[in-house]
Amino acid sequence: MTVEAQRAEAPQPGPPPEAYRGSLWERYGITALFLAPALIFLAVWIVYPTISTIIRSFYDREGDTFVGVDNYETLFTDDTLRTAIKNNFLWLLIVPAFVTAIGLVFAVLLERVRFSTAFKVAVFMPMAISLFAAGVIWRLMYEKDPEQGTVNAAVAVVKDAVSPSGVLSNARASTETLQGGPEGGFELKDAIQPGKVAQLGLTAIREDDVPEGAAQAVVPEPLSGGITGVVWRDFKPGGGTPGELEEGELGLPGVTVELRDDGGSQVADTTTEPDGTFRFEDVESGTYRAAIGPETFQTPYAGVSWLGASLILPSIMIAYIWVWAGFSMVVIAAGLAAIPRDLLEAARTDGANEWQVFRRVTVPLLAPVLSVVFITMIIYVLKVFDIVVSVAPGAVQDDANVIARAMWVRFGAGDHGVSAAIAVFLFLLVLPVLAINIRRFRREV
Amino acid sequence: MAAAAETQPVVLKESAATKMVRFLSRTPVYLLLAFLGVLWLVPTFGLFFTSLIDPAEIGTTGWWEILSKPSAATFDNYREIFNNEDITSALWTTILVALGGTILPIIVAAFAAYGFAWLEFPGRDWLFLVVVALLVVPIQMAFIPLFSLYNDLGIFDSVLGLILFHTAFGLPFAIFLLRNFFIGIPRDLLEAARIDGASEFRIFFRLILPLGLPAIASLAIFQFLWVWNDLLVALVFARDTQPITVAIFSQMRQFSANIELIAPAAFVSLAIPLVVFFAFQRYFVQGLLAGSVK
Repeated sequence: MTVEAQRAEAPQPGPPPEAYRGSLWERYGITALFLAPALIFLAVWIVYPTISTIIRSFYDREGDTFVGVDNYETLFTDDTLRTAIKNNFLWLLIVPAFVTAIGLVFAVLLERVRFSTAFKVAVFMPMAISLFAAGVIWRLMYEKDPEQGTVNAAVAVVKDAVSPSGVLSNARASTETLQGGPEGGFELKDAIQPGKVAQLGLTAIREDDVPEGAAQAVVPEPLSGGITGVVWRDFKPGGGTPGELEEGELGLPGVTVELRDDGGSQVADTTTEPDGTFRFEDVESGTYRAAIGPETFQTPYAGVSWLGASLILPSIMIAYIWVWAGFSMVVIAAGLAAIPRDLLEAARTDGANEWQVFRRVTVPLLAPVLSVVFITMIIYVLKVFDIVVSVAPGAVQDDANVIARAMWVRFGAGDHGVSAAIAVFLFLLVLPVLAINIRRFRREV
Repeated sequence: MAAAAETQPVVLKESAATKMVRFLSRTPVYLLLAFLGVLWLVPTFGLFFTSLIDPAEIGTTGWWEILSKPSAATFDNYREIFNNEDITSALWTTILVALGGTILPIIVAAFAAYGFAWLEFPGRDWLFLVVVALLVVPIQMAFIPLFSLYNDLGIFDSVLGLILFHTAFGLPFAIFLLRNFFIGIPRDLLEAARIDGASEFRIFFRLILPLGLPAIASLAIFQFLWVWNDLLVALVFARDTQPITVAIFSQMRQFSANIELIAPAAFVSLAIPLVVFFAFQRYFVQGLLAGSVK
C-alpha cells in the first residue's frame, strides 16, 4: 500500500471541536502537563547525552584537552579495536544472510506439513530467552571435554563409530624386547617360530585404565604348529621385575595382537583373553614377529576447542543464529501465508517444477518480508554484545571483540575519550539502516 | 444426479490414493522437521538438566546422563541458590527494575501519546517526528554523560537509576506505538466526551486508556522482557545493586567451577520470560520487529 493511500485512510487528528473549553493558555497548560514528563526524560536521558558524547569524543581521556580526531584515529589503529570492527563486519556479512536463509527454509518446510505448531514453538522459544542466557546455554554446549560439552559429545559419538578409541591409550613397553610406539604399534624385537610363546609386557597403564574383566596373567602352553603368547600389565603394586610375569600382574584382555612375517606385513590377528593370552593356530613354519596393533593405543577423542581463539567467532555466531532463526521463520511464514495460492498453482500448471516455483515466484513475492528480516538483523548485529561476552571465556574475548564490547571495555578502563568515539562510530553505522527501517515503519503503521 | 453418484466414489478413491502418496512424500519433511525441532530444544534442555545434576558430580557429568538415571536428578542446586543471598537479592532487583521499567515508561508514554494524538498545539507534528527520530540513538551514546550525572544525583548503582534509564530509552518507541493506536480511536467518542464537559484528564483515564489496552498490553510485554533480559545497562550503571544477569555474569570468570550456581540461576532467569512468552505468544513478533529500532 502506498503512503498516500494510507494517509487518506488513517483518521487524522484535527482541530478540537468548538465546544472545547478554556482559554488558550489553559489549554496549553494542560497540553504541557501531558507532554512534559516524556519530554524531560527524552531531553535529559537521550538528547543531552548524545550531544555531550559527540563533544566528548573530541577530547582526551580525562576530558581536559581537545584532541581533534585522535580518538577516531585510535579506532582504526589500535589492534583490539580493529579486531572489533573487523569482527563486526564479519557478523554483518554472515549472520543476517544466514538467519534470513534459515528462516526461509523453515517457513517453506512448515508450509508443507499440517502439524507445525510444535516445531514453531521449539524454534521460536529461544527468542524469549535473553541473549545473555542464550550465551550461558551455549557456553555449556561448547565445553571442550566430551564428557561435559554437548557439541563435542555428539562429535565424539560420530568419531567413535568411525575409529573407536583403544583400550590402552597411554601404555608403553615394559622392557626393550618390545619396540615401536603407539603410532605403529609395539613389535617384539626377537623373531618367533611356531611352537613358541611370545610375552608382550606393557606398562604405564593406570589402575582405572585396565580393561574390565582382567584376570591374573598366565603364560600359555606352547602350541605345536601355532604361536601362543600373553599381553599383560607388567607391573604390580610394589613394582615387580620388568619383563617377568609374576603373581599379581594382570592380563590385558581385548588387545589386538598381530602376527607379522619377515617383510613386516600382517598375516593374522587375534584378540586377547581375560588372562591376556592369545593364540594363532596353524601357522606355517617360518619366522614371525608378534606385535600389538596401533588401534589398541588410539587415544580417546579430546574434543574440539569451540571456545578457543580460532573458533570462537563462528561458535558465537551459531549461538546467535540459533536464537534468531525463530524470529526469521515466523515473520517469513506470515509473509508466505499472504501469497495468493493461485499464483503458485498457475506457475505449476504452466509446468514449473517446485524449485522453479520457489525461485521464480515465491522468493520474489517474499522479497519485502525477506528484506524486513534482513534489515532488522543488520541492526541487531551491529549492536551485538550480550552473547559475545557470555559465550566467550575471558581469555578469548579480545579475539571475539565487537564494537559494543570495545566501547564497554574502554568505558570501564576510564578511557572516556575513545569510548565516546566508539559510541559515535556505532551511532553512525546504525543511522542509515534505521532511517530505512523507520520509513518502513511509518508506512506500515 | 445418477451420473454424479456414479463418479463420486471414483473421485474419492483417487483422492485417498493421492492423500496416501502425498503423506508418504511428506514423511521426509516430517522427519526433517522433527530432527530440527529436537536440535533446537537440546541446548535449553541441556542447561535445565545440567542444573539438576548433583553438585558433587556436576563438573564431571554430562547432562544426558540424567536421562538414563532420572533418580539422580536433584533440586539441591536450586535450594542452594535460593539460600544464596547474592542471588536472591539479584532476583529481587531484577523484578523491581523490570516492573518499574515497564510501568513507568508506559504511563509517561501514554500521556505524551495522547498529547500528540488529540491535543492541538503549534509544532506538534514536528515535535512528534523528533521524538520518533530519537529511536535511532543507541544506548551507548548515553553511557558516559549519564554515568557522571548519576554519580552527581546519587542514583548510580540503584534500582531507581536503572528504571529511569530503561524508561527514557523505552519512550520513543512507546510514544510512537501508542500515538498511532490512540489516533485510531473514533473522533466522535472524544468529541462527545468533551461536549459533555469531561476534562482532558478524565477523557484520558476513562476513555483513552481502556480503549488503548490492547496496544498497552503488547507494549508492556515487550518492554518487560527487554528490561528483564538486559545485561549491558546494568553492567554500566550498577555495581552492588546487581540484577540477576550481572550476578551470573560475574560468576562466569570461572565457568566450570561455578557451574552448579550458574546453571540453576540462568535457568531461573530465563524461566520468567519463557512463561511470559508462552502466555502471550501472539504479541511477540510485533514487539520484536519493533525492537530493532531500539
